[in-house]
Amino acid sequence: MTEPLRFHYLVDGGNFTSAGEASVEVKKKLRQLGFSPEVIRCVSIAMYEGEINMVIHARGGEAEVLVYPDRIEIILTDQGPGIADIGLAMQEGYSTAPDNIRTLGFGAGMGLPNMKRYTDEMRIESTVGVGTKISMTVLVNK
Amino acid sequence: MAGNYTHSVSLDVEKCRGCTNCLKRCPTEAIRIRDGHAVINSEVCIDCGECIRVCQYKAKKAIFDRLEDIPPEKKYRIALPPPSLYGQFDNLEDIDYILQGLLDCGFDQVFEVARAAELVSEYTRNFMRRPGVQRPVINSACPTIVRLIRLRFPYLCDHVMPMLPPIEIASRMAKEEARKQHPELRDDEICTVFISPCPAKASYVKNGLWKLRSCVDYVVSMSDMYFALLPHMRRSSNPQCASQSGMIGISWASTGGESSALLNDRYLAADGIENVIHVLDEIETGHFPYLEFVELNACNGGCVGGAAAVENPYIARVRLQALRRYLPVSHNRIADGQGDHVPEDYLFSGPLTYRPVGRLDEDMAQAMQKMQAIEALCDTLPAIDCGSCGAPTCRAFAEDVIRGERTVDECIVRMRERMHEFLKSQEEAGG
Repeated sequence: MTEPLRFHYLVDGGNFTSAGEASVEVKKKLRQLGFSPEVIRCVSIAMYEGEINMVIHARGGEAEVLVYPDRIEIILTDQGPGIADIGLAMQEGYSTAPDNIRTLGFGAGMGLPNMKRYTDEMRIESTVGVGTKISMTVLVNK
Repeated sequence: MAGNYTHSVSLDVEKCRGCTNCLKRCPTEAIRIRDGHAVINSEVCIDCGECIRVCQYKAKKAIFDRLEDIPPEKKYRIALPPPSLYGQFDNLEDIDYILQGLLDCGFDQVFEVARAAELVSEYTRNFMRRPGVQRPVINSACPTIVRLIRLRFPYLCDHVMPMLPPIEIASRMAKEEARKQHPELRDDEICTVFISPCPAKASYVKNGLWKLRSCVDYVVSMSDMYFALLPHMRRSSNPQCASQSGMIGISWASTGGESSALLNDRYLAADGIENVIHVLDEIETGHFPYLEFVELNACNGGCVGGAAAVENPYIARVRLQALRRYLPVSHNRIADGQGDHVPEDYLFSGPLTYRPVGRLDEDMAQAMQKMQAIEALCDTLPAIDCGSCGAPTCRAFAEDVIRGERTVDECIVRMRERMHEFLKSQEEAGG
């Protein structure tokens, strides 16, 4: 089967309690499909971090998940402020999250680094003032 | 596996009206309505007892042993009262009255589960000092939680502490004591009877857990025992037994008690099955890196909120606070206090294994095709999750259809639309 399974989610901005819901949904589906716990964990962490980022920085966005037998692709798109310096943003501990977000325990500057750590491929396209698109791939057989 | 697992939640078909209350409340979507009554999928049921609480027709029941069913060969009967039992009684000044009451009910000996809980707490502190332990450590005392993690949270299986629950340790210690005190008794003449606040513990005893066969012999319901105890508690004025529980042991009855005994404030304590599922989802995504210990209880309020408890869990908790006020912090200590030693016989052997349920197909390509079909079918369903088809959600119904268990015509909303279309076309044809 070359045609992937395609799941689409709207990530609601400004609502922390619902952030992470898409990740939980995807986790459930991957479990039903029979993917290994390790793959499911990688996908759900990468996606969770991405969702939180979109809520913190971009007031929400969209998540598209494509499931192939050999890989899972996650594409997160938002119309937020964009990332000025991607290299800097990828550094562990670097964060532009506002203080009120930090008091909730987020904004530790680990979002993007974790997304990279748990995926096999990650590409960031971002334009300041326009938005950000992050594409990640988790391979099934490593 | 499903075939030989005996659940402790059962249905009285006569009383069940086939309503959608339990259907909608089941956290694992284990219930379907078939032929006018609820059917529980035993492979997915985690014995949480939600359906028992929510059934207004009292059709869902927890199955327990009854005292009168214990055969006479069991000459020496030891009651194992958990601390949650102590919170059930109004105006109770001293735990000793309950312990005496149990003897007056016909038990030969009483062994408080709280005693074992204090030892388990101490060994848990040791366990937490072990290098290489996966953090956060998740408690294993609630069998519903352990079952839930096995079914749904593969990556958290090795976070579950392999510590035996206090009822197991209590049963073993009670039997050892009995053998010492009564060398004339044969092993098969001694039995332990746990007084359970929930069906999950009864399941645990019947089925074992983690490949371990429980050494508890019988499990009676806390509410049955409560009513058996009441008359005796009024009468007994001068109790002969003395409770040997401290604050820590008593605290295990409600959420946060097991955690606070660890003397480490990097813990999370959550209860209520839906809350617990949310917390586990977040832990699985690595959201709480600083946590050392996670205490999860399926019932609201902890064990005092069990489906077989009599009193409101929050009232029971207040009573326990009063009862433990003048108790020593801990009454039961291990000899070799510090270090990271935990005796082997306090631990489950081997890892907790993931047991996935609900896979659409053994073959991945087939599974993907089925999911494609489920998604497509979902789009045509009304998405109002009315439950009339017998499935808890439209999504679950779509899965049932694609698995071949149902036909799509069982969706009454769709049926009604088709009927309207049909009538309209008839009208047009006639007019």
